[in-house]
Amino acid sequence: MRHLLNPLDFSVEEIEKLLDLAADIEHDLPGYAHVCDGKKIATLFYEPSTRTRLSFEAAMLNLGGSVLGFSSAASSSAAKGESVSDTIRMISCYADICAMRHPKEGAPLVASLHSSIPVINAGDGGHQHPTQTLTDLMTIRSLLGRLDNMTVGLCGDLKFGRTVHSLINALVRYPGVKFVLISPPELRVPEYIREDVLKAGNVEFAEVGNLDDAMPDLDILYMTRVQRERFFNEEDYIRLKDCYILDKAKMKLAKEHMFVLHPLPRVNEISVEVDSDPRAAYFRQVQYGVYVRMALIMTLLEVEKPC
Amino acid sequence: MLNISGLKEGIVLDHIQAGKSLDIYYHLGLDKLECQVAIIKNAKSSKMGRKDIIKIEGALDNLDLKVLGYIDHNITVNIIKDDKIVEKKTLKLPKKITNVIHCKNPRCITSIEQELPHVFFLSDEATETYRCMYCEEKYGK
Repeated sequence: MRHLLNPLDFSVEEIEKLLDLAADIEHDLPGYAHVCDGKKIATLFYEPSTRTRLSFEAAMLNLGGSVLGFSSAASSSAAKGESVSDTIRMISCYADICAMRHPKEGAPLVASLHSSIPVINAGDGGHQHPTQTLTDLMTIRSLLGRLDNMTVGLCGDLKFGRTVHSLINALVRYPGVKFVLISPPELRVPEYIREDVLKAGNVEFAEVGNLDDAMPDLDILYMTRVQRERFFNEEDYIRLKDCYILDKAKMKLAKEHMFVLHPLPRVNEISVEVDSDPRAAYFRQVQYGVYVRMALIMTLLEVEKPC
Repeated sequence: MLNISGLKEGIVLDHIQAGKSLDIYYHLGLDKLECQVAIIKNAKSSKMGRKDIIKIEGALDNLDLKVLGYIDHNITVNIIKDDKIVEKKTLKLPKKITNVIHCKNPRCITSIEQELPHVFFLSDEATETYRCMYCEEKYGK
């Protein structure tokens, strides 16, 4: 039995296989409508996350399975003080697989140590969010047709944004990927990403402050939201929240086949006028997220498409 | 000159950095043993200037010496049998340590679930960096 706790739990070859399955699901959704008949996913969300929870639930329903779970700690037995390990032992009796979102880092790992069903980390604090990374990889591969030899711009909050850290960790495993890290000085990537991942791996990267200058070189622009909840000081948040706003004028500087991704929700960092640009891929990214979660559920449950 | 008699059978932990012997005493759980333990603090050392020494009496098969490697891998472990040193153990940084150090990350699951063991893995031998198994936060010595 396997779990998915960290985006690097899967090798490059395993990710390739998973993305191939997700691509097949995209092109033949009805062919997968009953592969998980009788199976149940438990969505254990100790903090609210409408998008990720609904994506898991839609994925399981698309596969013919059913869902159960809770959407906040207040409506779970955690409110009574139950430990993660006790909760997962109980859930293991009810469901075949589970997706866990928890505000505390490492909670899904604790669950996996006591679980008799596969555990998927659906986000643990500022630590990991592997299914977002799989979604990002599928989106890039579907749009560009490759995961190597490209220039990826990451823009906004590169300090606290766990999706950014996970995506960098995942993409450095492919040859010829260059990074342009666009952020204000206060929100640069953490030292361990710069030193232990990028420099240690001899990966070409540049840290810049100006989005306009970076635009012409990019194949992918990954925008992020400056997250209010990560700041202790409201003044700092207000000063930094609108430091980058992608609009039509900036899109004119980009390549014809560059694509814009965003883990969503967005606030002001992408103007709504960009939504109609064919290069705006963030809503397609949401759809890819469902396909890749379907592929992941099938992989962890070891079920296959009927011949 | 302070005289402490020799050991017939037991362990001598030598070349402990001066002042660290009590940390080691508690980390090894020596306070829970019933055998004789001698702690010598600030002994003169030609190599170190001053050092601490711990002498532990008896056969100590259950003693977890891995923790010593984490605290100071330059400590010399001498195994004594019949009044003679029969083995000198060299210490290495352990790959994994449990309940020796505690995660200080307030976002870590260990901050709210007190019964969880605090497990750290050696992530970089050159810089002696350990990371929490749960949140991967670096632990600075």
